[in-house]
Amino acid sequence: MNNTGSITVLQKYKRKQLNQRSQTLMYIASGSIFLLAITVIGTLVGDIAITTNFTQKNFLPHMAHPFGTDWLGRDMLARTLKGMSISIYIGLFASVISAVIAAVLGAAAATLGKKVDAVITWFIDLVMGIPHLLLLILISYALGRGTFGVVVAVAISHWPVLTRIIRGEILQLKEANYIKIAEKLGQSKMKIVVKHMIPHVFPQFLVGLVLLFPHAILHEAALTFLGFGLPPEQPGIGIILSESMKYLSLGMWWLALFPGMVLMTTVLLFDVVGGSLRKMIDPHSAQE
Amino acid sequence: MDIGRYSGILKYVVKSIIKIISLLIAVSILSFVLVSASPVDPVRAYIGEVGMANMSVENLAKLEAYFGINTPPIERYWNWFTGFVQGDMGSSLLYRQPVASVIHVKFMNSMVLMTTAWIFSGLLGFLFGIIAGLYRGRWIDKAIKGYSLLIASMPTFWLALVLVMIFSVWLQILPIGLSVPIGVNAAEVSILDSIKHLILPALTLSVIGIANITLHTREKMIDIMGEDYILFAKARGKSNLSIIRHHALRNILLPAITLQFASISEIFGGSVLVEQVFSYPGLGKAAVSAGLSGDAPLLLGIAVISAALVFFGNLVANLLYGIVDPRIRRGSAYE
Repeated sequence: MNNTGSITVLQKYKRKQLNQRSQTLMYIASGSIFLLAITVIGTLVGDIAITTNFTQKNFLPHMAHPFGTDWLGRDMLARTLKGMSISIYIGLFASVISAVIAAVLGAAAATLGKKVDAVITWFIDLVMGIPHLLLLILISYALGRGTFGVVVAVAISHWPVLTRIIRGEILQLKEANYIKIAEKLGQSKMKIVVKHMIPHVFPQFLVGLVLLFPHAILHEAALTFLGFGLPPEQPGIGIILSESMKYLSLGMWWLALFPGMVLMTTVLLFDVVGGSLRKMIDPHSAQE
Repeated sequence: MDIGRYSGILKYVVKSIIKIISLLIAVSILSFVLVSASPVDPVRAYIGEVGMANMSVENLAKLEAYFGINTPPIERYWNWFTGFVQGDMGSSLLYRQPVASVIHVKFMNSMVLMTTAWIFSGLLGFLFGIIAGLYRGRWIDKAIKGYSLLIASMPTFWLALVLVMIFSVWLQILPIGLSVPIGVNAAEVSILDSIKHLILPALTLSVIGIANITLHTREKMIDIMGEDYILFAKARGKSNLSIIRHHALRNILLPAITLQFASISEIFGGSVLVEQVFSYPGLGKAAVSAGLSGDAPLLLGIAVISAALVFFGNLVANLLYGIVDPRIRRGSAYE
């Protein structure tokens, strides 16, 4: 067929700018860079976030203060970034702890026999039975509120879902043919775990860990917003939003709008990074 | 005992109810431990700092005995538990009323809000999911999917604030908060007023709740649209509407209803935040106030009640799945 004009629509090949793999990698890279930037800038902002300047209070967003200033003349951009970086640190810490708990419990449930499995499954049901936010309030209340309370509450309450996933994965693996063959071939338990199981479960664990961040961050912000989390002198994102509530009826919309958008973007980016990571690692979801 | 085809389900219900009761007791123990571990002193929370300073030693001792400061925790839990079984949940320090009656009032308020949002988000999410799945890859699918993903990352309380900014501050067509107008007798509040005050909180909860069910229904719809019988129906020249009605709906309705029943926990979490923003006098707001002011009995009561709600939702979800779906009903899902 020399005549290119006769190619039908079905045959016509449209070259994509990037293939799916590079596209996914791009998402991961740009998402990570953006999140890192928020964290680093937020950490370096330092005292600007709490410096008051009464000559510049209640400013609408403009060039010098892109997010405006509040009723004490504090720069909202600096406050938002600072608050976001605090949230990200808490989120990181909390999801790592929760993921470790999930890994240990999930592995124990799947390998240590029926009784252990029943106990752990029952515990998962128990923790998931109390609405998550209420559980966070209870834990924070037990620890006397404050930063310590919110960090612990978020860290020890996010494991059930990931525990279920890991438990399921390992249970499925145990029945997989290649594992059974390895057993029949006389490979040692240790070798099976290290060579065959961990390479399969670890990526799932990693993705689960990254996908815990958004939940942890949202829950930290929510708990702080309700008054159980960070103390009011910290520029936490929940504090900023709950303070802005008093000024909403005065028409100071920028106090709530921009910090919330930054929070949402951060959560969205973590979700995108986690989802893309899953696409890279898990062949089943690669083509979605 | 065999009573025909439903004996499996009956057995399952009994088993589930026993499990739920055991879980509820565990929830109450867990909550009790957490509440007791708190450094908040109930006597101090009850009479306040000034009262503490003016209180005589004997009265203080009386109060301490009343709150069971020196009773061992297990005995205290047992007292609470036996009271709870008889419908007495102690008395709220914050409202100075029995916890049971406080919860009753707040529960009703919350139920109105949550049910409205639950139904709206379910119906709309289901509709969006069908449309998105039907037109997979087209602009409408992309719009719906994008919206759902965005909403999934949106902080509930921020959305509530944004809606307040738009509808209450900027357009000034809806009230900012509370469930009734300020300065009006409870008896004089008209239905219209109540509805007006319900719109924004319910809207926030619905918008947030839509995301999950939409994405879920979309996935199912895409799966089903790939089936052979759909292809055959299309080949026979059936319209989209008729394909949905006769082939797709049956398959996707059940998972959607199940998901909606299982999502009660999330809706409750959302309602805590929404009630806080709108000062809506429901269970969530009461829980937050109780936590902030050290009202342990109320917090405990709300935790148990909300857990019961969640377990009930899960049970209904599991039952629906089995009763309505003949494949599961005849299968061994309940064994």
